[in-house]
Amino acid sequence: MTQRLNELRRSLLVSLWFMLLTFPIMVIRVNTITGTVRWRWTNLAVIGIGSFFISVVWRYAMQRKAGEAQAVGILSRVGERVGAGTKKIGAVLDIPKVRTRLVGGLLAAAVAYPFLNSMYHTNIMITALTYVVLGLGLNIIIGLGGMLHIGYAAFYAIGAYSYALLNMYFGINFWLALPIGAALAGLFSLLIGLPQLFGIDMRLQQTTVFVYFIMLAVVILTIFVVHRLENSRIGRQWVAMKEDYIACQAMGVSIAKAKLTALGIGAIWGGLVGVIFAARTTFINPASFTVWESVIILSTVVLGGMGSIPGVFVGALVLMLLPEYLRPFAQYRMLIFGALLVTMMVFRPSGFIKKRRKAYTITEAERQSVIKAELEDDGEVEE
Amino acid sequence: MVLDVQKLTMDFGGLRAVDHVDLHIKHGEIVALIGPNGAGKTTFFNCVTGMYKPTGGEIGAGRPEAEIQSIKGLRPHLITKHGLARTFQNIRLFPEMTVLENVMLGRDCRLTSGILGAIFRNPRTRAEEEQVVKDSLVILHKIGLENWANEAAMNLPYGAQRRLEIARALATEPFLLLLDEPAAGMNPHETRQLVELIRRLRDEENLSIFLIEHDMSLVMNLSERIYVMDYGKLIASGKPEDVKKDPVVIKAYLGEDVSA
Repeated sequence: MTQRLNELRRSLLVSLWFMLLTFPIMVIRVNTITGTVRWRWTNLAVIGIGSFFISVVWRYAMQRKAGEAQAVGILSRVGERVGAGTKKIGAVLDIPKVRTRLVGGLLAAAVAYPFLNSMYHTNIMITALTYVVLGLGLNIIIGLGGMLHIGYAAFYAIGAYSYALLNMYFGINFWLALPIGAALAGLFSLLIGLPQLFGIDMRLQQTTVFVYFIMLAVVILTIFVVHRLENSRIGRQWVAMKEDYIACQAMGVSIAKAKLTALGIGAIWGGLVGVIFAARTTFINPASFTVWESVIILSTVVLGGMGSIPGVFVGALVLMLLPEYLRPFAQYRMLIFGALLVTMMVFRPSGFIKKRRKAYTITEAERQSVIKAELEDDGEVEE
Repeated sequence: MVLDVQKLTMDFGGLRAVDHVDLHIKHGEIVALIGPNGAGKTTFFNCVTGMYKPTGGEIGAGRPEAEIQSIKGLRPHLITKHGLARTFQNIRLFPEMTVLENVMLGRDCRLTSGILGAIFRNPRTRAEEEQVVKDSLVILHKIGLENWANEAAMNLPYGAQRRLEIARALATEPFLLLLDEPAAGMNPHETRQLVELIRRLRDEENLSIFLIEHDMSLVMNLSERIYVMDYGKLIASGKPEDVKKDPVVIKAYLGEDVSA
């Protein structure tokens, strides 16, 4: 009981502190023309009550989180329900039939999207899909490779990276990589420029639909590649590296190479989308690739769920679509954004959709057959 | 000879942790390095396996059928690739990966498939992945862990975790297995099983074995030659029965039951 009182007292202090801090901007208003001062006391009251209330809720939630073992409160019960719910959904999703149908349905919806919605919505979706790819690309670096990267927007600069990768993996030197890098970038811009190339006279509406489908194809390609990488030798290296990097290098894995690979492959998507972005907007300048861009992309990964493909997908869609459709609240966007991030970090640090790693498992039959073959090799089978 | 260490020295700032230590291991030998706490055993181990870059001296190693090459100062993954595999004093498995995946990771340094192979999943990559699973299962079978193959490594009982570390090291195809206190934390029964396992591996897998150990009964029972370190220096070496009687060793171990 005394602890409760203590908490209340602290919340009271917080609200007093807030009232003091915001006093000059929220309460006093000087009218420079008439030279009068207006005192807006109601604002003070609102801030006081508001911050007190938020503080109490916050403290309560934090306490719940701390004492999860004996937690019986509403918040934790909701949390449990949600947890159990996602588990159930996860279990249902594991059924191959359900999975195929779901993916098929999503795909159909995605294909139909530009025809059912206006150009405005299609354009917004293109931006969102752009960030899906960027998020998935960055996810290779952060979620799989286990490196924090806050300058992902720089990877928009495709030329630099097509050179670096061609050089790294195929040993192609600068002068040869230059045209190849240009060709790669060119290939995508060609794809976008196709309508003009063949003299197809597309109206703006059609061009938008065209770009939308390019973006959709890139998203599918990204998911495909990420999925393949996860379930491969390099994917195994990444998991091991994150779990214990000393043991990992002691087992003969070059950490430098594994990390560089993650960075390189992650960067490719940045470059790819960079080309599409440039071709779509037909205008880029350094202001298109600011730190803020990187922060947004990073947020999509962190919010969505590091390492989880559907997580990043959801994260990017939420972060990109919400602000567009919440234009009326545009001025609070950053505020909501910040609050969302902090809340997520406290209550769901693994993101909207937690990564579920597909472990390599073998069936009993496989096991038996291998062991039997081994014994026969050694001539140890007696029966 | 599979390992030849000459005048190995390792300084940390002003502290000389390993001081001109000579040590060699012949093919098929089981050799132990012992000494009181802080004698520099683990530092010596870390120099050989590339975790530390030695300040001075020379380390040569090579498969019994090949020439000895210098491995001094090489990075750990290259030393593993050269054929020296280690386990850790405080178990370092990949806890959330399955037992099978742990061993598969050990196979990694013998694989060749790359990123394009992973993306296009060409026949060669698929064949290699299938082979990895088979090889790993065979190794698990040898170590007696195949029933745990699908279990996360962290769910294994302690003794089994230690054995899994050995399985993972074996997967790298070593000619020299370096075991850092393999019996630490084991009960007498598990220790007996471990002695059997190590002997069997030496005989069946054409291995040489180098271990650091505190458990005197295990050392005296298992090893064919012993090196004793104290304060970074080698103070004795020889057969177990000779080392046991050596007054210098007894003095270093004063109070400890060497004859146990």
